[in-house]
Amino acid sequence: MIAGSEGSQRSQRSERRLLTGNQAAAWGARLGGVDYVPAFPITPQTEIIEALAAWFDDGSLMGRLTMFESEHSMMTAAGTAAAAGARTFTATSSQGLLYSLEMMYAVAGWRVPFVMVNVSRGLASPITLESDHNDVLAARDTGFLQIHCATAQEVLDAVLIAFRWSEDRRVRLPVIVNQDGFSLSFTREPVDIPNEDAVRAFLPTRGDLDETLSGPSPQSLGVAVLDGSTYSYFRYQMERAAQGALPVLLDIEKEFESMTGRRFLPIDEYRMHDAEMAIVVVGSLGTQAMVAVDEMRAEGVRVGLVRPRVLRPFPRNALALTLGRMRGVAVVDQDLSPGFGGILHGEIAAALYARPEPRPSLTSYIGGLGGRFVSVTEFKRIVDETVVASITGHVPPPRLLFTDEEARSIRMLQQIADDAPQYELGAPFASGLEGDRA
Amino acid sequence: MSAGRGAVTPRPHLMASGTSMCPGCGGLQVVKQIYEHLGRDVVFVNAAGCLTLLAPYPTTPFQSSWIYTSMASAPAGAQGLVDAIEVLRSKGRISGRRRIHVVVLTGDGAANGIGLSSTSGALDRRLDFYYLCYDNEGYGNTGHQTSPATPEGARTSTDALGPGCSQPKKDLFSIWAAHEPSYLATVIGAEPQDLARKVERARGCQGPKMFIALAPCPTGWGFDPKDAGRIGHLAVSTGVWALRERVDGKTVHTKIPRPRRLVEDYLRAQKRFQHLFSPVRRDDVIQRIQARITDAWEDWFRGQPTRPRA
Ligand SMILES: Cc1ncc(C[n+]2csc(CCOP(=O)(O)OP(=O)(O)O)c2C)c(N)n1
Ligand code: SF4
Ligand SMILES: [Mg+2]
Repeated sequence: MIAGSEGSQRSQRSERRLLTGNQAAAWGARLGGVDYVPAFPITPQTEIIEALAAWFDDGSLMGRLTMFESEHSMMTAAGTAAAAGARTFTATSSQGLLYSLEMMYAVAGWRVPFVMVNVSRGLASPITLESDHNDVLAARDTGFLQIHCATAQEVLDAVLIAFRWSEDRRVRLPVIVNQDGFSLSFTREPVDIPNEDAVRAFLPTRGDLDETLSGPSPQSLGVAVLDGSTYSYFRYQMERAAQGALPVLLDIEKEFESMTGRRFLPIDEYRMHDAEMAIVVVGSLGTQAMVAVDEMRAEGVRVGLVRPRVLRPFPRNALALTLGRMRGVAVVDQDLSPGFGGILHGEIAAALYARPEPRPSLTSYIGGLGGRFVSVTEFKRIVDETVVASITGHVPPPRLLFTDEEARSIRMLQQIADDAPQYELGAPFASGLEGDRA
Repeated sequence: MSAGRGAVTPRPHLMASGTSMCPGCGGLQVVKQIYEHLGRDVVFVNAAGCLTLLAPYPTTPFQSSWIYTSMASAPAGAQGLVDAIEVLRSKGRISGRRRIHVVVLTGDGAANGIGLSSTSGALDRRLDFYYLCYDNEGYGNTGHQTSPATPEGARTSTDALGPGCSQPKKDLFSIWAAHEPSYLATVIGAEPQDLARKVERARGCQGPKMFIALAPCPTGWGFDPKDAGRIGHLAVSTGVWALRERVDGKTVHTKIPRPRRLVEDYLRAQKRFQHLFSPVRRDDVIQRIQARITDAWEDWFRGQPTRPRA
């Protein structure tokens, strides 16, 4: 265990351990001094609540974990407990997040602070356990702030930062910390666990006990309003708090850096200093994209990677500034809004449109759905196409990444299922690429 | 059964008048009574329904806190609240002098259907809370559609033309009883002494304290608001609404109507049952409703060691 019995000298240092993304999330909640965890199991998140349950049982954590009958209930209880002043943490994934969605809107409107880790998993149908971002993006407009992580270290750091951020009087909104199922949740990485005393200084006990729910005071939460103006006023308040959360995060980030030496900026830039081309991805797909960037850099392509860590509030200006000076920008969405395309692509386009011309050529790719691998070869092909688009000015239609090898194997499955193919393969459905799973 | 001397000390006028509920609302009547018995140390946790409009911004008739959750999850909201208060108390972060009563307040629609899962969860975890279901026998707030609590023969806005609701009323009392809550009772605003004694008894219990109140609803049932009390009394005296109490696994009737009036008197008084009397009298349906009530009482009498007279 960190700190504690081993003496004060050791207690000032952090400790390095191999942790999965899920364990890192649980450690974040533990170090954050969580009071209350309303819980419900779902793969690939369950490990988080199991770890916390064990710590409440063995006395490493003081407080309570309550198993609920659904995520809808779990989310309601997270909201009321946070309203009553408990530092509250919960976790979910995929169907669980959707099941709680009604309450996500509600509790964000209550303006109560708590942290929820979502372990991204594709949504049914068809059923999958593996990752994509349609689950967390369904919560995009709820009022929850969103942090997206690419490493286990980032998950732990994000949970600590999220408590501070969420509880800040200027913000007072719940925060989602997102990580990808399997590729991050179940992958062990070395993680620096900050020292408990240092964390306590960075994140003191919640001091903002709410009077609202103390009983004998005539105050109400979550009530009806009787006209559009009043409704708009409260919604605008949320918008202002969410927009104002970006500068608040920058303040918190400075303190966090002095505690850990690690930065936590709203967007993570990789080899962008002299880049002309940029790839934009969210989450742990970024790790694969970095490999591709390195290889292309070695080939002389001036390409970099931009990975928004924070999607809500949307760091519009910072993104526009960084991406606006590119010749081409390729957005790889690990999500799909059928009939629209990539959700992130739409948001990046909105950010860039606020910039004066000339704007970069903006291409759109859908990849990584249901945990589908996006290969280095595909990333290179994506950048090549975007370079061509930036030269010719002709932007290709959004592409759904699918290799010829995948196409052949799906044909085999269709034969077994005695299912007629609905689409001919070929652009934009297939990339024309052979598989590359190296 | 009389209330013990000094046991019941209602605080009249704790709840402000002038809410936006319909005149004669049986739901409002029972909330007011229970609130006056529990006093100010209360947090209401509400689900979507008519009574949600008791506290529209920026007003409240209560001198206590109120939180609206959703139609399905008020008991879960109560759980989070109670859990948080207990944890913060154990950590010395809030002072623990006064006992705060967390009171879930939902309609029959929420209680019988969409909110049944969260209620079952809270009961299973033996949450220390009160649950008041005001049963107006329909989805009132949305215009009185048929709910699982709508009785057989009643017309609603989704059973507006034909024979009325074809199903008998869902037995929420038994569903809740199967969870063996610490305290379970049926009440009605028209019997304030009975209600007062029950609230007083529940106060002494740790764990779930569950109340189902028949809530005569002038708007949904079709009667003059001035007759609200009379309808309530008819519900009890015809045996339609049995006033019961269940503690330690044993159910007792706290008021046995002797003699029981015919259910027809109750049905006739409400517009929702008028189609059973005109243009043609539906003796088949009326008899079926009467038989169901008679059987239920007979069943209960048979189970008693000394058979009470009906
Ligand atoms: C999830 C959800 N579905 C539907 C509604 C619409 N709705 C609001 S109140 C209500 C009826 C509630 O019925 P009941 O619980 O019996 O309470 P009453 O209105 O009769 O007081 C409905 C269906 C809602 N608010 N939330
Ligand atoms: S519709 Fe019925 S339950 Fe609803 S407020 Fe009116 S009288 Fe009360
Ligand atoms: Mg109702």
